[in-house]
Amino acid sequence: MNPNIEIKGISEGLLATIGEGDWTEIRQALLELIQTQADFFKGADLTLNVGDHEIKAADLGKLRDQISENDVILRGLISKSPRTEENAKSLGLTTHFERPQPERSGKAFDTSVGGDEAIFVQRTLRSGNNIIYPGHVVVIGDVNPGAEIISGGNIIVWGRLRGTVHAGASGDETALVCALELAPTQLRIAETVSITPSSKKKPKPEVASLKDGQVIAEVWDIHKSKK
Amino acid sequence: MAAKVLTVTSGKGGVGKTTITANLGAALASHNQKVVCIDGDIGLRNLDVVLGLENRIVYDIVDVVEGRCKLRQAMIRDKRIEGLFLIPAAQTRDKTAVSPSDMVRICDELRPDYDWVIIDSPAGIERGFRNALAPADRVFVVTNPEVSAVRDADRIIGITEAEEKGPAQLIINRINPAMVERGDMISTIDIVELLAIELIGIIPEDSNVIVSTNRGLPIVLDGKSQAGQALQNIARRVMGENVPFLDLNDQGGFFKQIGKLFSSGGKNE
Ligand SMILES: Nc1ncnc2c1ncn2[C@@H]1O[C@H](COP(=O)(O)OP(=O)(O)O)[C@@H](O)[C@H]1O
Ligand SMILES: [Mg+2]
Repeated sequence: MNPNIEIKGISEGLLATIGEGDWTEIRQALLELIQTQADFFKGADLTLNVGDHEIKAADLGKLRDQISENDVILRGLISKSPRTEENAKSLGLTTHFERPQPERSGKAFDTSVGGDEAIFVQRTLRSGNNIIYPGHVVVIGDVNPGAEIISGGNIIVWGRLRGTVHAGASGDETALVCALELAPTQLRIAETVSITPSSKKKPKPEVASLKDGQVIAEVWDIHKSKK
Repeated sequence: MAAKVLTVTSGKGGVGKTTITANLGAALASHNQKVVCIDGDIGLRNLDVVLGLENRIVYDIVDVVEGRCKLRQAMIRDKRIEGLFLIPAAQTRDKTAVSPSDMVRICDELRPDYDWVIIDSPAGIERGFRNALAPADRVFVVTNPEVSAVRDADRIIGITEAEEKGPAQLIINRINPAMVERGDMISTIDIVELLAIELIGIIPEDSNVIVSTNRGLPIVLDGKSQAGQALQNIARRVMGENVPFLDLNDQGGFFKQIGKLFSSGGKNE
């Protein structure tokens, strides 16, 4: 995963934020990412936030075509450069997103806290059910063997997790998987796969994360988790 | 009369759907109920064999659907069990010969004159299963204490819920008390916990089942066999009676726990 590309879910689809670095390299990495994570990206609407990068109209048009070959639609482009923004507009890409501003409540400080896109599901996910979502996934209920969740962000299961889950599916290695009973058939974070050893011990709420390239599951510790 | 349509299904094959359909039909009929069993497994019919009615088939369900005979002509009356009828499947056709709306129409035609219509669903989640599910008022999902069977049951329950035919009720077949005692079998409590639907029957592994199948004589007519008794109990629960679960020497007070789990919230009609 190229550290200069960050993918997250937004209400318009997926947002890829491009960091600094050589544009041709990042561009290539983006296409590779879309190809290797085809399951995740397929059918998505993509918006690029290219920051300061200057991108020519012809290059942008070509990029859009290459992206569409993977069944992903380039819908929008956010740029700090007026020229790049003009180029994007000429290709019919959205360049501005209406962000509802939190209402000023008359208080001296803005006390509201922002958040990320997530989907909330309250039911048992049975064998054959799946959720594929670019943002975080929150389930209240059990995730049974044979059910599958693929999330661009974190996966929280308030119940027994026994199916297959993939958190950080667009490459986010900081993604977490939490469950009251963490016993997935298979658990993936970004590119790393782990299989839970079957254990007979009394289930406790656990959090799985990536540490030094390995998936580690830890019992949820209220005191430790306070940051 | 306004018959209720019960569909017996499982996802996985060979778990006992046909055995349960035949015996539930026979048991309900023995309680003075008028029952029609429909073999939904077109191309692989065998409910007629289990009921011992194979040699009397003239017309089948495809003949009805394609207008070659009237519905009554395809119904075989069981001469040993008063009130029990069978609509056999076609042997030589595939499942697409019947559609879900055909099934709904046939059941609607039967409803005024019978108490129960029981449909034996084929394995799988394809057309034959959709056919069996379409007219269902109640769905019985059959599983064995086996990981793959439970997995398929879960899938079927999910589809049943999605089709708004749920909540399905669960029958666990072929429990082997000795194996459970040794811890070699997934326990009933684990299955119920995973599938999270109401349990309506637990049937033990019983070699008498095979004997009765081979004779074409429903095992519920054999008062001594444990499987026959368990099937009789399911029939009584179907009719709304509150019947305790058989004690199959399952250690650890399981049946008491089940009793607690299901004495409240039990759906009885
Ligand atoms: N409780 C039981 N004990 C022993 N054998 C059983 C039991 N239930 C079913 N069987 C046997 O298992 C086989 C498959 O049963 P069947 O009812 O045909 O399953 P399905 O209709 O689901 O394919 C048959 O040979 C049947 O006699
Ligand atoms: Mg069968």
